[in-house]
This record gives sequence, C-alpha cells and structure tokens, in this order.
Amino acid sequence: MAQASYPDELLYHPEHDWARIDADDPQLATLGITWYAQDALGEVVFFDPPAVGTTLAKDASYAEVESVKAVSDVIAPLSGEIVEVNEALSDNPAMINEEPYDGGWLVKVRMSDPSEREALMDAATYKGTLAG
Amino acid sequence: MTTDLRRTPLFDRHVAAGAKIVDFAGWEMPVQYEGVRLEHMAVRQSCGIFDVSHMGEIETSGPGALELLQRLLSNDVSEIPLGGAQYSVLCREDGGVLDDLFTYRLDIDRFLTVTNASNHARDLAWFQQHARDFPEAEVSDGIDRWAMLAVQGPLAREFVQAISDAPLPARMSAATRRLGGAETIVCGTGYTGEDGVELLCSAQDAPGLWDEIVRRGAVPAGLGARDTLRLEVCFHLYGNDLSLERGPIEAGLGWCCKEDTRFIGAEAVRAVRSAGPAERLVAFEIDGPGIARQGNPISGGGVVTSGTLSPCLDAGIGMAYVPSAQAAVGTRLKIDVRGKMRPAVVKDKPLYRKGS
Repeated sequence: MAQASYPDELLYHPEHDWARIDADDPQLATLGITWYAQDALGEVVFFDPPAVGTTLAKDASYAEVESVKAVSDVIAPLSGEIVEVNEALSDNPAMINEEPYDGGWLVKVRMSDPSEREALMDAATYKGTLAG
Repeated sequence: MTTDLRRTPLFDRHVAAGAKIVDFAGWEMPVQYEGVRLEHMAVRQSCGIFDVSHMGEIETSGPGALELLQRLLSNDVSEIPLGGAQYSVLCREDGGVLDDLFTYRLDIDRFLTVTNASNHARDLAWFQQHARDFPEAEVSDGIDRWAMLAVQGPLAREFVQAISDAPLPARMSAATRRLGGAETIVCGTGYTGEDGVELLCSAQDAPGLWDEIVRRGAVPAGLGARDTLRLEVCFHLYGNDLSLERGPIEAGLGWCCKEDTRFIGAEAVRAVRSAGPAERLVAFEIDGPGIARQGNPISGGGVVTSGTLSPCLDAGIGMAYVPSAQAAVGTRLKIDVRGKMRPAVVKDKPLYRKGS
C-alpha cells in the first residue's frame, strides 16, 4: 500500500513490529512488520520463516526479511511459541509490502506471558515515535 | 549530527520524483524511486536514466599525457583511437587495485578518466604524484566541471538521438554533441549490460537534459537498480569485487592488463599471471531459496563479495573469490548465509544474457 497506515486495533513494538491479539483467544497473537518498516526496507524479495514450534523471546530477532538491497531482522514484540507461519509468503513475499497488516502477516504465536502486551504501544503512541 | 554530504545538480529532481535518498561515498544519492525491480526491468526492456554525477573525472592533457597514462593504467592506452574508450585498472606496485576506470580519448593529447566516487580523491592524488615525473603532462580535477547521466536500455539511443545534433558515437566511442543545446560528451558505454550512452555535461545543463530524456520516456533509476543490473552481467564494483587486497588477475581482469607497457604494478601482475592465482572471482547462482550477501563465507575457503536477488533470473546471484581449484563452471559451493548453508553453483559470466 502506498499510504502510511497504522490500524488502531493493533499493538506496536518500537522495532516496527505489530501484534494482533485474537478476539476469541487472548493468548493467540498474529505478528508482522509495520508500514514504516516495509517502506524503509523497500520491496521484500525473500522471507525465510522460522519453523512452527520455534520459541520467540520478546525483543529478540526471530526471522529475517530481505529486500533486493538489504537484510533486516524481525523483532518479536511478544514471547511465545510459533503455531503457524504464513506459507504464502514464500511464493509472494511482496505481500509484506502490499498488505503489511493482512496478507503480509508473518507468524501466529501462542503467548507465554500475555501480560507482555502491556508494554506495547497503541497506534497513536507508535505514530508519535515516527514523527520524531 | 552535522553532515557534509554533497549533492549533485539533479538532487531536486530526485526529491521531486519521490526518491529514497541515501549517503553513498559522501554524496546524497537516490537509491530508488518507484522500486528497484521496476527500475531494473525498465532498463532491460525499454530505457532507464541514472544520475551518476557522483563519479569523478580526471583530465590528463599535454604532449606527455599518453606516456603518463601508460605508466598509470593497466591497459595499452596507445591503442585508444581518437574518440575511443578503454577500460583499465589502476594498480599499486604490489598489484593491489586502487580503482577501475574508463578512459576516453577526447583529442590526440587529451584524455578524460572516470573514477569511482569513493576513490576519486585517492586516484587524483596518485595521478598528480606520478605526473611529477612527466613534466609534459598536465593533470586536472574535473569532478566539479562535469555532471554525468547514464541512459541505458534498448530505447536509450533512440531517446538521446532524438535531441542530438549529429549521429551518436558507436559503442566504446565518445564524441562531443549538442543535446537540446547542451554541449555534451556522449560516450557509448555503460554499467548495465544494455546498449546505451553515458553523458557528461555541465552542472547547469544537467537538469534540462534530464527532463528532456525523462519526458521522452526514460524511467529514473537509482543506485539499487544500478547494482542489480551490473551484477547480473558480472561487472565489478570497487569496494566489493575489487580492492587493494587482491590483484586484477584474481579478479578476472587480466584481459585489460598489458604488462609490456610497464604500468605500475605490471611486474606483480605478470608474476601472478604466470604462476596462476590462488583465488579467482567467480559468478554463482544460489540453488534454491536464499540470497547471499557481501562477506558471507564459503565452505572450504573463499568469500562472497557481491550478492543480491536477480530480478531477471529470480534467484540469488553473486560473485565470490574462491580457491582456484573450486573456480570451474559447474562447481558446487556451500555458502554460509547468516548460519544457513545455502547450496550454489559456479556459473558462466555473465549470469544474465539478452534473450535468455
């Protein structure tokens, strides 16, 4: 998508990652990178997903996304275990650019400490960090 | 933070076109406009235009100019015809590569050498230092005198011809033309593997020339596409594939070294050529997913010097120095890409060929 957008229903991590807590299951979160992150990276040409079952630690890198020019670490906004990865991205990694919050999601995680969400930012706060 | 970055005469054009600007060798340069892939394919299929005004120029003139350049440049400068162009490397005594350069013979005793931005100051000092031994040669810095545009792709000549007062020079030739009123040195050279021209003009003429060629359909292309285009056709990038640590024979540039001209470094180059280099620069393609990058080590010895995703081949490609025993086309390599061993195959150069 060409225009910057930061949906209100998501939680944001300062390393430009988002988390969407599942409406029916508060321990399940979908993770991805923000509009800002994909714009800074440029066209994503490769995403090598971690395996289902991999443990994530909040604030640590759990995957890499690559543009033509560069490799970028993806930081976990929450701790937990990966229960699903977005397989569609291996054939179409540009989805991360086109739909960073929808088709471009990266992994789904079973949270090990749901209270960690309290440390994340809402959309307005995250947008404020980008302005500076 | 205080920055002292230089801007080319086209900086405002880049900003207006929505370019992402990066610091490149001390210059604020456009890395991409719409996107690297789109710009890459425009050059392969129609026409792209690049601002390469960050590249430096050194003018060497006078009755001793040829003799000085013969001492400095690895190729046989006496073979450049009037209006011709030639590629060479600049070596130290030990054969280490200071830069790779195109030299144009503008007149019998007047040459223009184009340098890499990151090496320009060092090259100029090297030229001036050695010019002391050649009192009839005069060396002058042209970096502030010239802006440079590269117009590349199958339609490039058509677009530039339409505004030229005379036929464009052929490939590997250079001539002065008036392009829409701007006096321009038109060079039949490039860094993309496509037909096209490189244009040297004054800073004040550059924006008008840029606008005129863009208006005819050339797509502004940034340094990102410039890198993927050159790597698909295995052109060297100084600082990646060429450095002081390795010589031209290792880099596969023996074809532009004529040791009999006794250029600086000729004896070192001759020794490596006759003994055979311990390492060679090869082109490779990753077999499967993954993109190798500069600095990735190779199992059994060697290192990747350039790596990217090839938009035309849709695979990870690159160049690497490997032990000579592993340099044959078809050799299978294992590249350590940030902890994952990626299989790769040594390929013929260039990796991309027109129509493949």
